[in-house]
Amino acid sequence: MKEPILGGTAHTAADRASPLLRPGNTNCGGCGMSIALNMLSRAIADRKVQLVIPACCGIVTAGPYPYSAYGAPVVASTFAAAAAFATGMARVAEANGEDTRVLCFAGDGGTYDIGLATVSAAAERNENILYICYDNEIYGNTGGQRSSATPLGASTTTTPTGKSVDKKDILGVMAAHHIPYAASISMGHPEDMMRKLRLGLDGHGFRFLHILAPCPTGWKSEPSEGIELIRLAVDAGLYPVIEIVDGHEWTINIEPRFSEEALNSFIEEQGRFVKSKVAIEVIQRGIRRQWESLRARAGRQNAPTAG
Amino acid sequence: MSMQLISANHASAAAAMLAARANRNARGFCSGVYPITPQTECIEKLCAEEIEKGSVVRVESEHSAMGVCIGGSLSGARTFTASSSNGLAYMAENVFAAAYYRLPIVMMAVNRTLGPPWNIWVDHGDTLMLRDGGWIQFYCEDNQEVHDSILLAFRLAEDKEVLLPVMVCQDAFVLSHTMMMTDIPDQPAVDAFLPALKLAHQVTDKPRVVGGLDFPHQTEMHRKQHMEAMGRVLGVYARVQDEFQRTFGRRPADPVVPYLMDDAEMVIVSMGTTASTVRTAVDVARKAGVKAGALRLRMFRPLPEVLLRSHFAGRKRIAVVDRNLCPGLGGIVWGELRGLGDSGAVIQDYIVGLGGGDIRPEHITRIIEDLAGREKAGDPVFMEAGE
Repeated sequence: MKEPILGGTAHTAADRASPLLRPGNTNCGGCGMSIALNMLSRAIADRKVQLVIPACCGIVTAGPYPYSAYGAPVVASTFAAAAAFATGMARVAEANGEDTRVLCFAGDGGTYDIGLATVSAAAERNENILYICYDNEIYGNTGGQRSSATPLGASTTTTPTGKSVDKKDILGVMAAHHIPYAASISMGHPEDMMRKLRLGLDGHGFRFLHILAPCPTGWKSEPSEGIELIRLAVDAGLYPVIEIVDGHEWTINIEPRFSEEALNSFIEEQGRFVKSKVAIEVIQRGIRRQWESLRARAGRQNAPTAG
Repeated sequence: MSMQLISANHASAAAAMLAARANRNARGFCSGVYPITPQTECIEKLCAEEIEKGSVVRVESEHSAMGVCIGGSLSGARTFTASSSNGLAYMAENVFAAAYYRLPIVMMAVNRTLGPPWNIWVDHGDTLMLRDGGWIQFYCEDNQEVHDSILLAFRLAEDKEVLLPVMVCQDAFVLSHTMMMTDIPDQPAVDAFLPALKLAHQVTDKPRVVGGLDFPHQTEMHRKQHMEAMGRVLGVYARVQDEFQRTFGRRPADPVVPYLMDDAEMVIVSMGTTASTVRTAVDVARKAGVKAGALRLRMFRPLPEVLLRSHFAGRKRIAVVDRNLCPGLGGIVWGELRGLGDSGAVIQDYIVGLGGGDIRPEHITRIIEDLAGREKAGDPVFMEAGE
């Protein structure tokens, strides 16, 4: 099997020949989803894939009929039904002895909110699907409304003074289904990302990957600073980079420094946190709670936690 | 073939399984199923069967049941599901999607009252709600017709000139739970009748988007193609009837089924099992010297408008028996047929048997008496609730 040059961590001429995300797509500059697709493209290499993309920026990316900005077959599904469509496709592929990987590529709205029952059911049935949620913490396609992935304190068009409740713990939800593989991916850590994408692609049963995807338009941040924001979120402990095998083997892949400086930078570099003036202490309290639980699950109670 | 004493639910499942197995040498079969009274026995039967190639996925909602069928169909498999009432309402988004993707999915729908308030008995309002969803719709009168319609639905849906999903509707409990002797064909006969499915727009490894974005003129073009496909259904259906008769030795009913229409001065139009009650009442009226006739509307989509117009031509009085209600309009069938008669013809709407209320010959006799005395049509008449 053809594998990407430099482990997929650098963009090369080989990637340009047949990319998953083709040039000419209409994504915003600095779109985290674009970066995720480019990394996914290299991880896929010459594996056969079929994508199911529900309503989200990712399907607008495809462009208008009869064109496609995707270098792979794509089914544009109804909003809540990506995992159901993919179930049918994966079952038929399997019945016909095909090694096609069926992937769902969905935003946070289609995963955390409207599609959750469908995702949960497909996970419970352990369908042979790789489900990738690129999470920009907002309904980006519709102009930036809150989803249950929107973090505490973030202003959106439907939470103009800042969201008053925490982000849903989607990875915890998925892990509770005891699926073979669930992981969160930091685009600021490409080696870890490529490893997880490949594990996801080559695994069997329901695999779930969560990718925090910067949205400069919705986050009111600089398009060039997306990857830096992800690194800051990881360093602050705000975005745990972990993987869970069979729902019970929890591993922390990247140890954060729980840096207050990183947390402050993460908040200050995004216009979406300005209006709510969310207190750093409140966010830190959330980080602490989350890591206490993570440490317990990973069997590392004595490792450092947030301030 | 074998004669079996089974319910229409089991007859539906038997037809679906025969069709599923007939595709075993192609891409196989895929079905998403979710239970709802009064359809449950059909999907239980599907789940109890072994299929050579394919699977029946027990999903978490009707929306996903149709979602799995869409995915399976897009991958080239033959697909089937069943639902009813609020389940169909919950499924609605994907019902429309299935048609817009132009997929030959077959669904058995048991007609049941939409709630709340909750009511599990027959009412045609659930599938009529989906009349604009781009599906072909049949309404059946007995178990054999349900079974045969499902078999032929696959042939019709998969025809290259059609490529549309088909809904086969049957009355809750009156058929779904009633056992009748049903002629179930052998697998080789069904294999001959249903050739392997080869979907032209099957998702392969070609980079192409199915169901992506349309600009307005493209949407109009796609809708026009959909309309044109509907326009070919009657012609293809006639061929399917012939082929069915050649294979199985019995002829599926026409899109509009006439009864004593040759000299009829008044016509009673109905759908589903109501039609047999109507025939009984028409016989009674005939004995009393009233020249009554009846039409059963078996195919509701596409609406066989030309056929209906020809049956309505020259008739002065037409009663439409609606087992459904669109508040703010009246009966949905009447709403669609009221413009198809001669100018000056009285086309009166009668609302009967809502929520599964018994429709007895006396109801139809009262309709015939009321219609005979009418010089013009009025508001829909509620046969039980009255004024």
